[in-house]
Amino acid sequence: MHEFKKILKYAKPYWKLALFSLIMLIAMVGFDLAVPRLVGHLIDKGIRQKDLQVVISTSVIMLGVSLLSALVAVLNSISSIRVGESIARDLREAVFVKIQHLSYGNIDKFSTAKLMVRLTSDTAAVQRLFQMSLRIGTRAPLSMIGSIVLMFVTSKTLALTMMPILVAGGIVIVYFSVRLEPIFRTVQQRLDRLNTVLQENIAGAHLVKAYVRGPYESSRFEQANKNLADENIKVMQLMSSMSPILTMLINIGIVLVIWLGGGQAIHGTLSLGQIVAFTNYLMATLQPLTMMTQLSNNWANGLASAKRINEVLDAEPEVAEAPDAVSLPEPSRGQIEFEGVSFHYNGATDLAVLEDICTRAEPGKTTAILGATGSGKSSLINLIPRFYDVSSGKVRIDEQDVRRVRSDSLLEHIAVVPQDSVLFTGTVRDNIRYGRPDATDDEIIEAAKAAQAHDFIMRMPKGYDTHIEERGVNLSGGQKQRLAIARALVCKPSILILDDATSSVDVETETLIQNAIAVAARGTTVIMVAQRISTVLNADKIIVLDQGRIAAEGKHRVLLKSSPIYKEIYDSQLGAGVRHGL
Amino acid sequence: MAYETTPSIQDVRASFQRRQGRPTKFEKAADPRKAMIRLLKYLEPFKAPLILVVGFVVLYSLLGLAGPYLMGRAIDKSIGGKNLSSLLVTALLMLAAYMLSNFFNIIANLIMAKISQNALKNLRSDLFAHIQTLSMRFFDTHPAGGLMSRLTNDIDAINQTVSQNVISLIASILTMVGILVSMFILNHWLALASLVVIPIMYWFSNFVAKYTRKGFRELQKDLGELNAVAEETISGFKVIKAFRRNESAIETFRQKNKAVFKSAVYANSYSMLLMPLTGVLGSFFVIVLASLGGWLALKGLVSIGMIATFINYAQNFTSPLRQLSNLYNSIQAALAGAERVFEIIDTKPETPDLPDAVSAGRFKGEVRLRNVVFGYNPERIVIRNFSLEIPAGKTIALVGPTGAGKTTITSLLTRFYDIQEGQILIDGIDIRAIRKADLRRNLALVLQDTFLFADTILENIRFGRLDATDEECFEAARMAEADHFIRQLPQGYHTNLSERAGNLSQGQRQLLSIARAILANPSILILDEATSSVDTRTELRIQKALLRLMEGRTSIVIAHRLSTIRDADSIVVINNGEIVEQGNHEELLERRGFYHHLYMSQFKGNEI
Repeated sequence: MHEFKKILKYAKPYWKLALFSLIMLIAMVGFDLAVPRLVGHLIDKGIRQKDLQVVISTSVIMLGVSLLSALVAVLNSISSIRVGESIARDLREAVFVKIQHLSYGNIDKFSTAKLMVRLTSDTAAVQRLFQMSLRIGTRAPLSMIGSIVLMFVTSKTLALTMMPILVAGGIVIVYFSVRLEPIFRTVQQRLDRLNTVLQENIAGAHLVKAYVRGPYESSRFEQANKNLADENIKVMQLMSSMSPILTMLINIGIVLVIWLGGGQAIHGTLSLGQIVAFTNYLMATLQPLTMMTQLSNNWANGLASAKRINEVLDAEPEVAEAPDAVSLPEPSRGQIEFEGVSFHYNGATDLAVLEDICTRAEPGKTTAILGATGSGKSSLINLIPRFYDVSSGKVRIDEQDVRRVRSDSLLEHIAVVPQDSVLFTGTVRDNIRYGRPDATDDEIIEAAKAAQAHDFIMRMPKGYDTHIEERGVNLSGGQKQRLAIARALVCKPSILILDDATSSVDVETETLIQNAIAVAARGTTVIMVAQRISTVLNADKIIVLDQGRIAAEGKHRVLLKSSPIYKEIYDSQLGAGVRHGL
Repeated sequence: MAYETTPSIQDVRASFQRRQGRPTKFEKAADPRKAMIRLLKYLEPFKAPLILVVGFVVLYSLLGLAGPYLMGRAIDKSIGGKNLSSLLVTALLMLAAYMLSNFFNIIANLIMAKISQNALKNLRSDLFAHIQTLSMRFFDTHPAGGLMSRLTNDIDAINQTVSQNVISLIASILTMVGILVSMFILNHWLALASLVVIPIMYWFSNFVAKYTRKGFRELQKDLGELNAVAEETISGFKVIKAFRRNESAIETFRQKNKAVFKSAVYANSYSMLLMPLTGVLGSFFVIVLASLGGWLALKGLVSIGMIATFINYAQNFTSPLRQLSNLYNSIQAALAGAERVFEIIDTKPETPDLPDAVSAGRFKGEVRLRNVVFGYNPERIVIRNFSLEIPAGKTIALVGPTGAGKTTITSLLTRFYDIQEGQILIDGIDIRAIRKADLRRNLALVLQDTFLFADTILENIRFGRLDATDEECFEAARMAEADHFIRQLPQGYHTNLSERAGNLSQGQRQLLSIARAILANPSILILDEATSSVDTRTELRIQKALLRLMEGRTSIVIAHRLSTIRDADSIVVINNGEIVEQGNHEELLERRGFYHHLYMSQFKGNEI
C-alpha cells in the first residue's frame, strides 16, 4: 500500500474528475436499483388494480430512469477513462524522463527489456487499477449492498432465506479462484515450455537438420504439447463449470422465491409485484461478486506494477554531477590521465574489472588498448566520459578530475563510437548530424568521407536522404560502423574514442579510415579499443590489458620484444605465420 | 433491466490470466471461409463426442426456456388461483428444469474442453511436424524471432477463441432462436413488440463496433509508434547520453505519448458506450413488455404471469446478443491467425529423397565437387563452376573475404540447399542419391555461433548421438577439454542451461559444441571457426580439442586462425564463388597472388 501512495500522487491532478466519475457511478447504481421496484409497482398498482393511468405513468418513469442511468453510465465511463489514461500518460512520461536522467550503471542493472515493460505493461496495469476502481470496483459492492438492502425492504423473511444461497455463491467463487490460480500458473509454464521447444527448433534449425534430429525434436514437442493440452483441459473444465454452478444457485433462489413467496402471496402477505422485484434483486446480487474477483486481480497486478515502477522512479543516478562542477578549459588539449584507477561494476562486491590502472594518453596522439574479451578494455574507456565512476583512483582530462567537470562540458569534448553501432530511425543525414545538430551539409559530407562512408551512401537510392530502417537493418555491419564513425567525427571532438569500431570493416577499409581520421581529426586525442592486432599496429602507444591490469604498454615493435602476452596474441593472429612465410 | 445473471467465461478467464498490455486487435483473414473450413476439419476426428455436445447444448438451451414459462404459470395458476399444492408442483418442476439445464451445460463444457484442446494439440503437432520438413531456405528467409512471435500469437488467438467460444456461440444462437419461437407460441403481440428491439440492438452494436474498431486501429498505430520510440531510445540510451540528446528524446516521446492519450480516450470511450447503452436497450425491452403487457392485461388479453415470463425471456435474450458481438472480433482474429498457421503448413517442404535413394553406412570421407553451380536465387549465381577434391581424412581450409561463398559451400555439402549444376560426390556417390538422413549422419557441424538447448549439459552433448550412454558423453567432454570446467559447475553435467542465459562463456559453449561433434563421430567435419577471440587459455583448449576432433576425419574448415590455415593439408582461396588459388601456406605466399595480398593487407606496409 505504501507503494501505492507514491503512485496516488499521479492521480492527484485529476481528483475532481475522479470524484465526478464516482458520483455518476453512485447515481447509476441508484437508478438501476429503482427499476425492479418500479416493475413491482407497475404490476401491483397498475395491472392488478386495472389502473391504466398508473401503467402509463410508471412506464414513462421507468423509461426516464433507464435513460438517466445510461447517461450517468456513459459519463462515468468517459470520465474514468480520462482519469485512467491521464495517469497512464503522466506515468509513462515520468518513467521515460527518469530513464533519460539515469546513468549507464543504472541502465545495465535494469536492462532494456525490463525498462520497456515498466513503460508499457506496468503503466497499463496501474491505469487499469484506477479505471476499474472508478467503475466496477465501486459499482460492484454498491449494487450488491443495495440489492441486499432492497431485498430486505421488499420481504424480510424471503431475504433471510436467500442469505445461505448468497453465502454459497461467495464460497463457490472463492473456491474456484483458489483452485484456478495455480492451474493457470501451470498452464503458463507449460506454454512457455512448448514455446521454448519451438523457439529452439526454429533458431537451431541448421543443427536439427545436420544432426538429423527431426524425429527426436518431434517427440520432445509432442510431450510438451500433450502436457499443455492436458492442463488446458483441466483449466477449461473447471472454468466452464463455475458459471453453470452459480446459475444453478440463483435458479434455486428463484424457485424458493416462487414457492415461499407464492405461498405468502396466496395468504396475501406479499404481492405479486414484490415477488417479481425480489427475483430481480436476487439476480443482481451474485453478479457483483464475480466482478470483485476480477477487481482483486486488478489490484494485485496494479500494486505489483506500481512497486516496479517506483523502483525506476526512485533510482538515484549512479553518476551524479558535483554541485560545484566546472567546465573544461577551452580549448581542451585532450590529455587523459589514469591514476591508480580501480573499477567494479556493482560496488565492491563484484570482482574488480580494472585494478590499479596508471597510464596516460598524450594530446593529439593515438592510444590503442588491446586485450581479450573481458580484459576490461571497454570499461576503461567508459570511465573517460564518466559513463561510470571509478571505484577508486582518478581519471583526469587536462589535469582536471572528471568527477569535478560538468557533464555537458565533458561530453561536448568527447565523441564515442560504441561497439555496437546504434543508429536511429531517420535519414542517413539525420544520423550523422546526430552528433552535432548544427552541423552543415558540407561538414556532414566531410565526416562521411573520412569515415569511408560517402561512397556507399552515394550508391544508395536517395543518397544522404535514404531512410534508415529500424536500427539500420537495411545496412551491413560495416556500413553501420562507418556511419557511427562519421557521426562521431562531425562533432570535431578533442577526444575521439573508438570502441572496437571497425571490427566489421575489412582490413583495407580500416586502414583508409584510420588514415582519414589522422587527417580529419588532426590534433585530436584518439583512443581505440581493438581485438584485431592489425587495428593497433600504427598506434603511438599500445596498452595491453590482461584481466583488468595493464600487462604492458609501448609501441608495437617494443612490445613484440618485451611483452610475452602481446607476442602470444600477435602469434595467434598473424605473427608466426609471417616469420614462416617470409 | 438486463442483468447478466452469471459471468461469461471471458470474464473469468480475463480475471485470472494476467495478460497485460495486450491491445485489442482487429484483424481479418483474407479468406475467412476457407480458414474456417480448414479449422473445422480438425474437429472431424471428434465427430461422435461433438454430436453429443450439440445434443447436450440443445437440451440445455431448451430446458433453460422452461424456467421462465413455469414461473409465469406459477404466478397465474398457483398464486392467482390460490392453489398451494400446484405451486409446490410447479416449483419442483422449475427446480428440475433448471438443475437439468445447468447439468447438461456442465457436461457439454466438460466434453468440449477435451475436444477443442485435443483438436488444437493436433493442429500444433501438424505445424511442428511440418516445420521439421521445411528447407533451410525457409529458415534463412524467415528470421527466427519474427516467425516465433507470429506462431505463438497466432496459436494463442486460435486457442482463445476455440476454447471459450464454441459452446457459447451455439448456446447463444439456440437460446435466441428458442426464446423467439417460445414468445410467438405464447403470445403474438408481445412477441412482435419484442422483435422491434432486435434491429435496434443490431444497428446499435454495429454502429458502436464500427467506431470502436476505427478507434482501436488508430490507437494501435499510435501505441506502436510510441513503443518504437521508447524501444529505440532505451536500447540506444548509451549513444543518446554520449551525444547529449536526452532532451530531444524526451520531446519526441512526449509528443507520441500525447497522441496515444488522445486516441486511447477516443477508442475506449466508444467501446465503453456499448455496455451502458445495451443496458438501456435491455431496460427499454423490459419497459416495452411491461407497459404493452400491462395495457393488454387490463384488456384481459394476457395474464400477469405471461408478462413475467416475457420479461424473463427478454433478459435472457439480450445477454447472448451482447456476447455475439464480442465473439465476432475474437473469431476474426482467430481466423486470421489460422490462416497464417495454414500458410506455414502449406509451405513446400524440403525436396524429398529420390525414390531410389540409397541408404549409406559410414563414409570413408572422400569428397569431390565437380563443376558445381549454385545461387540462392537461380538468377544470381554465387558459386561458379566450382571443382574441388578432398581426399578422405584430409583437412581443407577455406579462406577468402566475407561473402566469397565459403559458408555456401558447406551448406551444399549438407544439402541444406541443392546445387543447380554439377555434382557433389562422397565416396564416389552423388549426394542427391543418398538418403538425406544418412548423409547428414556422416557429417557434423561446429559453427561459430554455438547453439545450445535449454536442457542439461549432458543432454546437450548427447544431442550429438541420442543413443550414447552417459559414460560416452563424459568421454566426449573429456576429449573436448570440457570435462574440467563442467565438473567445476555446482551441478556438473546436470547443470541446466537456461536458454541464452550467459551462464557459460563463449569459449565454454564452443567446447560443448565440440564435445557434441566428437560424440556424433562423423566421417566428415564442417567447422566454422570463431573470429571473436576468447581468452588465451580457453583458446588454446579449443584448439587442442579441435585437433583431436579433426583427427582421422575429412575436415572442411572455414578458417580464420592462422594456425589452422597453416596446418591445413590444403588451403582453398575463394573469391566471388570461385577458387582463385589452392595450395599450402608457403606455396601460396610464394605465388604472391590473392592469398598473399589478403595476408599482407593485414600489415598495412608495416615492416616487421
